[in-house]
Amino acid sequence: MRPVLFAIPVVLLLAAVSVFTGVGSLASSDDGRGWLLVVESRLPRTLALMLAGAGLAVSGTIMQMLARNRFVEPSTAGTAESAALGMLLAMLIAPNLPVAGKMAFAALTALAGTALFLQILRRVPLRSALMVPLIGLMLGGVVNAVTTFIAYRYDLMQSMGAWMSGDFSVVLRGRYELLWIGFALTLVAYATAARFTVIGMGEAIARNVGLDYDKVVTLGLAIVSMVTATVVATVGMIPFLGLVVPNIVSLILGDNLRRTLPVIAISGAGLVLACDIIGRIVIAPYEVPVGTVMGVIGSLVFLHLLLSRRSHAG
Amino acid sequence: MQADAKRISPSTVLFASAALALLSMIAFMTIGAKGSWSFILSFRGTKLIGMVLVAYAIAVSTVLFQTISGNRVLTPSIIGFDAMYTLLQTVMVFFLGAAGAASVNPQLQFVLETAVMVGLSLLLFRALFSGGSRSLHLLMLVGVILGGLFRSLSSFLQRVLDPNDFIVLQDRLFASFNSIDANLLGIAATATLAVTFVLWRLSPTFDVLSLGREAAIGLGVDHQRVVTLLLALIAVLVSVSTALVGPVTFFGLLVASLAWQLTPTASHRFVLPVAVCIAIATLVGGQVMLERLFSFNTALSIVIEFFGGLVFIFLLIRGSAR
Amino acid sequence: MIEIQEVTKSYGGTAVVDRVSLTLPSGGLTSIIGPNGAGKSTLLSIVSRLMPMDTGKVLVDGLDVSRAAGDVLARRLSIMRQDNHITARLSVRDLVAFGRYPYSKGRLTAADAEHIDRSIAYLGLEPYQNRFLDELSGGQRQRAFIAMVLCQDTDYMLFDEPLNNLDIKHAVETMKLLRRLADDFAKTVVVVLHDINFASAYSDRIVAMQGGRLAFEGPPQDMIVPSRLQAIFDVDCRVHAVGDTRLVNYFD
Repeated sequence: MRPVLFAIPVVLLLAAVSVFTGVGSLASSDDGRGWLLVVESRLPRTLALMLAGAGLAVSGTIMQMLARNRFVEPSTAGTAESAALGMLLAMLIAPNLPVAGKMAFAALTALAGTALFLQILRRVPLRSALMVPLIGLMLGGVVNAVTTFIAYRYDLMQSMGAWMSGDFSVVLRGRYELLWIGFALTLVAYATAARFTVIGMGEAIARNVGLDYDKVVTLGLAIVSMVTATVVATVGMIPFLGLVVPNIVSLILGDNLRRTLPVIAISGAGLVLACDIIGRIVIAPYEVPVGTVMGVIGSLVFLHLLLSRRSHAG
Repeated sequence: MQADAKRISPSTVLFASAALALLSMIAFMTIGAKGSWSFILSFRGTKLIGMVLVAYAIAVSTVLFQTISGNRVLTPSIIGFDAMYTLLQTVMVFFLGAAGAASVNPQLQFVLETAVMVGLSLLLFRALFSGGSRSLHLLMLVGVILGGLFRSLSSFLQRVLDPNDFIVLQDRLFASFNSIDANLLGIAATATLAVTFVLWRLSPTFDVLSLGREAAIGLGVDHQRVVTLLLALIAVLVSVSTALVGPVTFFGLLVASLAWQLTPTASHRFVLPVAVCIAIATLVGGQVMLERLFSFNTALSIVIEFFGGLVFIFLLIRGSAR
Repeated sequence: MIEIQEVTKSYGGTAVVDRVSLTLPSGGLTSIIGPNGAGKSTLLSIVSRLMPMDTGKVLVDGLDVSRAAGDVLARRLSIMRQDNHITARLSVRDLVAFGRYPYSKGRLTAADAEHIDRSIAYLGLEPYQNRFLDELSGGQRQRAFIAMVLCQDTDYMLFDEPLNNLDIKHAVETMKLLRRLADDFAKTVVVVLHDINFASAYSDRIVAMQGGRLAFEGPPQDMIVPSRLQAIFDVDCRVHAVGDTRLVNYFD
């Protein structure tokens, strides 16, 4: 448990920095506006960052176990793109549905997209582990083209942009709470972590130890889809997070999820906090969305993982 | 070279695709044309020339890139070439500001960006292929992620930009065959012509290159030199198409796959022109159909991305990515 | 004459080819044998300038392979590699025609067509000449590649494990063909072989490599002796004379 003990204070520190970073000064006024700012905007933002980060990192880990491939995560398997398509469809079909309802719909499409991805993987004779993320990225591209097509026709490009690129500047109290659902699911994932570890060892081994393989895969898919959908619906996708964090944690601590999942969740929260802080100070008083910062950092780490390949991915 | 009687001859395919391309061009110029011919000629004509240039550049660069890399799934844009060009444009606006970038003569800017592009792509390619035995899937994935990195860097810089500058840039970067930058047509056409001339001189080696590096060297081709030269030319063509319409990831793949599939020979003498004709027919014909069917409000690039992405997945799954 | 002078090639600190000097006179069939990783294929690649060497020099008829113009060398020396994977969908005739590239640069003359016809006929490929390579069996494809090298019509012809993936019938046919190239057309043929008995039966000269270095060279009767084979391959074996040919039995 030692890595957790080390990670927690770091993340708390980052959280504190996150709360105190921003345009409005917290100390300037005596009439309690500073406090209001914290409760209404800063604290929700920091919480949203941590919830989304933890959720996506854990989702990435579960997907890597399900696909048995190190390079899979919600943004390299069509999951995030499918969720965005779902949001768009919900918006067109039932514009009056509350956000939670739209999100539920997005979770369904995310589930369908990810299941399709896993089906393709099962059908294709995989010559190389690298083909898996390649197929996922392209599947995401195709889904994305469909979404763009519809969004373009109905003038919803702006909403679509919001779902596809993580941006926490819009977070206020009352507009991020859906992410707690994601957090609840993260806890579920932790409770069932051992099963996902076994799934990661392959279907034969999983069945051999008496696991209901299909059931666990379905549970995993459900968790991943819901978490992704909550993130996409509230703040927008943060690419590569679910790839970078689990890979680094796995390099250091291995793959026993029972032990590593808390570290993964906390590190995920910490990384997103850090990216957000960077995005907020680089061009203050404007900000760079966290999705963009993570896109740069994440693809660099991904490239490093690919080219050094210590992760025995294939 | 003889072909079995039951097979369609390559010339037939070439003529058919050429006819299709010509037909779509005529349709583009005439359907729904109202008003004075001089206006139509200058308005639609400019657009048509732009589209034909883009089609040509993308088709030729993709086919040749696939020949060099010995792979029918890789394309310059899939491994991030056009994202690199976009990044270049952004960096330019970033350092000069929109006003500064606008004050630079667009032709000069194009030449500059193309030169940097050629240098960078040679570097990138050398770095990727110097490993020698690096697996193709690794290359593809690295390319895709690099493309993503370039895009993220672009949007990062774009965010850091003054919001006004950002709008200027965004306008330029969204792929649209409707907003071809007319200022660049002249220089783009010149560049394409120059490239074509050099390609013409090199053309006898294309078929030999498709046999692979060892076989080509065995047959006396200076592989290193020819491939480097071709890559530089490909970078120029990518610059041409990206400068004119912005990045389009899958169009090249779509066109090249169709050309390889439809032409009953692997000889570049047929495959290259067929690819160009298919590209023109798709681009120009597609534009005509969109203007009629969807009455103007859907970008052709989106439709092409959709089908191109499907083709890509299909190719991967069918396993021609060996 | 091929002169190999002090050629060295290393990968990451280990020499794959280690100061090899060897002279192969014109004419005849030379086999290169040796255990896996002995550097046979690497040496062949260096001689045919597919791979640069770290130090040393290779002269083909006095022509320095690392300096000579590619197409000049391509009219003098040809190589067939073991892995001939081609993405292009080519017909057999198309492939064979590439053998004429060093001469015609893609514009085939009537003389070229004659060469192509002859090579195809020589390998008995007429029935398949308009078939695509991916429609052929492994043996037919192998023959198509040999026909291409034949069509290149060079004085020196190098083959890197041409018997790979061939059944016995086709392996024997291929070796007989290489033999005829040396006997009837006065070509200088160099072959990397895995099977010692094939080397023994068809070679004029055998060159043995081991650990990147030249171990022994000589005519089959000097090379196919238990002591040398033991030193090269590290297996005990007996040698039997069957007619003029010495055959190795390493099965007990």
